Amino acid sequence: MFAYIVRRALQSILVMAAVAFVAFALFQYMGDPINQMVAQDASAAEREALRRTLGLDRPFYVQFLVFLKNLMTGNFGFSFRIGTPVAQIIAERLPATLELVLVAALFALFIGVPAGVYTGLHRHGAMSRFMLTVSLIGVSLPTFLIGILLILIFAVLLGWLPSFGRGQTVQLGFWSTGFLTASGLKALILPSITLGLFQTTLIMRLVRSEMLEVLRSDYIKFARARGLTNRAINFGHALKNTLVPVITIAGLQIGGLIAFAIITETVFQWPGMGFLFITAIQFVDVPVMSSYLVLVALFFVLINLVVDLLYFAVDPRLRVERSVSAH
Amino acid sequence: MRYVIATALAVAMAAAPAHAKVLRYSTNADLLGLDPAINNEGPTNAMKTNLYEGLIYRNFDLSLSPGLATEWSQVSPEVWRFKLRQGVKFHDGTPLTAADVVFSLGRYKADQSDMKSYVATVKEVKIVDPSTIDFVTSGPDPILPQQLPLFYIMSKVWSEKNNTTQVVRGTSAPTFINFNANGTGPFKLVERVADNRTVVEPNKDWWGKPDHNLTRAEFRPIANAATRVAALLSGEIDLMYPVPAQDVQRINSTPGAKVLTGAELRTIFFGFDQERSELLDMKGTGKNPFKDKRVREAFYKAIDIQSIQRVVMRGSSRPTGSMVAPGIAGFSEEVDKRPAYNPDEAKKLLADAGYPNGFPVTLDCPNDRYDNDEAICQAVVPMLTRIGVQIKLNAQTRSKHFDKIGLKENYNTSFYMLGWTPGTFDAHNMLVNIVTLKEKDSGIFNSGRYTNPKVEQLTKQAETEMDLKKRNDLMVEAQKIHKDDYGHIPLHQQTLAWGVRDTVDGSVKPRPSNDVDLRQIKMK
Repeated sequence: MFAYIVRRALQSILVMAAVAFVAFALFQYMGDPINQMVAQDASAAEREALRRTLGLDRPFYVQFLVFLKNLMTGNFGFSFRIGTPVAQIIAERLPATLELVLVAALFALFIGVPAGVYTGLHRHGAMSRFMLTVSLIGVSLPTFLIGILLILIFAVLLGWLPSFGRGQTVQLGFWSTGFLTASGLKALILPSITLGLFQTTLIMRLVRSEMLEVLRSDYIKFARARGLTNRAINFGHALKNTLVPVITIAGLQIGGLIAFAIITETVFQWPGMGFLFITAIQFVDVPVMSSYLVLVALFFVLINLVVDLLYFAVDPRLRVERSVSAH
Repeated sequence: MRYVIATALAVAMAAAPAHAKVLRYSTNADLLGLDPAINNEGPTNAMKTNLYEGLIYRNFDLSLSPGLATEWSQVSPEVWRFKLRQGVKFHDGTPLTAADVVFSLGRYKADQSDMKSYVATVKEVKIVDPSTIDFVTSGPDPILPQQLPLFYIMSKVWSEKNNTTQVVRGTSAPTFINFNANGTGPFKLVERVADNRTVVEPNKDWWGKPDHNLTRAEFRPIANAATRVAALLSGEIDLMYPVPAQDVQRINSTPGAKVLTGAELRTIFFGFDQERSELLDMKGTGKNPFKDKRVREAFYKAIDIQSIQRVVMRGSSRPTGSMVAPGIAGFSEEVDKRPAYNPDEAKKLLADAGYPNGFPVTLDCPNDRYDNDEAICQAVVPMLTRIGVQIKLNAQTRSKHFDKIGLKENYNTSFYMLGWTPGTFDAHNMLVNIVTLKEKDSGIFNSGRYTNPKVEQLTKQAETEMDLKKRNDLMVEAQKIHKDDYGHIPLHQQTLAWGVRDTVDGSVKPRPSNDVDLRQIKMK
């Protein structure tokens, strides 16, 4: 077990180094950050001087090695655009994204699972058909369109919810939260629905098909034969057995949520990591872009690691096989 | 915890008294930062102008009026004398002194300053007496006052206290001055959160009599155009720009919102490579057709600017034959007249020049910099194809485009689109940067390397000509020669569009520089 974790950790470091390298190599083709930083009539000498100050005159591999070396010491560098340490900017923006992702994930689970159970149980009901049709929208409409549609309905036509921003936030130590104010909570509704809609429909369809599968199995038939109540069968036995794959997918989708937050955050001017990344691209803010990608790679690596370890805990068969193969 | 919430609520309520005139405004990008000596960019400079002041202030109509200097005059060809306004205090209460002007100049001239060009000709600042300052220039500079509205005066004491005397591009140390401001301006900084909001309130101790009636202004950038329009329609913001052309109708048809339009100062134009002996797309032929004036004229006359104005720009442009917009010093009605659109003559000109079957060329174009930039280029492709040119379009994002046509890739282009606003509101700035070579540091965006000794000589003369009328004539003369050479193809000035709610007073008009000077904003 311990050896397994160490091996995984080493692999993870390799993955992140590779991501950093690829990201860094791509940035060489993104345009010149200097153009964004100086006035349009700055002279060639001024441009060169700034290039030297930023260390951008050095060859690509030297810049990359310096970046790696700084990463090892926890130094992410300074943002070209904002002028503060990248670590500090990310610490400021991370709470906004994580709160959004959390609410979106909860939304997806608490709507997706019951809806999946319902459509699984009432396969031919009118309501089920309606829900499945609606879920097609969630799967097929692009995120930005859903966001704009929601803004049009709830902000412009009805005037119930804000169209952009995070509302009033409260500072709890380093964490700025929107959970404690009315405007903060209101501001969360539209972006989290936008972000979570795809996951909601995914979970709903997954639960539905798993339910249909499980309901056909022998032990459900035996349970019915024993005369158990419908409720005990559907929720106590059937649903419980569908949840294993659902938990796996939901866990992996959290990484996807963080990644998809880029579009949602841009539409809603949500001051999180995704929005930071988009503006960094437009400004060719290399330190922010590379740090963001390394951090997202870290999230994915960690989530995958946790999911793998959960398999160990959940599935006894895995443990046996591993211990055998270890010999 | 309960205390924190209570405080937050109290703050929120205190911010909205009954008679409040709060302006909430938005544009597509955040300010770059508040350090007066860097971040030389339109909307950022506009915000700095709310907080800081120069010796001279630029009015809505681009004319000059007294700022921190009450009067100024050129006492000798190389000395401008300024009378410093007395009794002015910075936001933190420290009094304004002549030493602050000297200190600010030092920062503007520092290595990493991005505002050097505004004080480029100033050699030193001499304090004659506590209320009199002499600007000594390196050679006669007739238009120094034109450059000074963006020379912001900051407090020496405050900078030393906060350890921000150095100009730092935020790459080695956090920059206090980028997030804090202590000017003498009519507004004080209340809060700044990058990418989120910048809040200012009127400075009650300001020396002047404010024209605005604001009690507070919140700048909240919204990157996504559709969201920005929605926020205006829902009344969450009072003013925003730019309005996308396709949303003008929609905003105007919404009760309580409307679109204001005005002319912008930026001129969009095409340029040709007139330097290489061989065009990039004609490897091995040893020919560069653009060296022939007839070919340039043919391109000019093949472009149907009226159609572009009507179809591509949906009426939101002002076709021009001039490289500078009306309102810029040195603009001339005569230069502004375009040679008529005439594809048949263009075809003949090409044939006369020895290209009856045209030649291959690539048009470099940005796709996210100017209004409808890519669409304009797409419209031009068939127009030039019609006269026989085999034209290829290369439209890409702005950072790549400016690398390609700029110094970075050594002007790697044959035919390109560019837009220019003279930062000094003076045609001389355009002449130096766009249509001349040879001079040290000039022609930085003369990407086609157009050169004509007569234009260069006139530009040089205008630089030191003290008689403003004569100077103007020199600049117009230079532009005429450039126009007769078909050195570039000016296309149009964009029309700028601001969306406002009816909370904003009717006196508010879009500024030609397309940014918001809060001094000029009134709420109902």
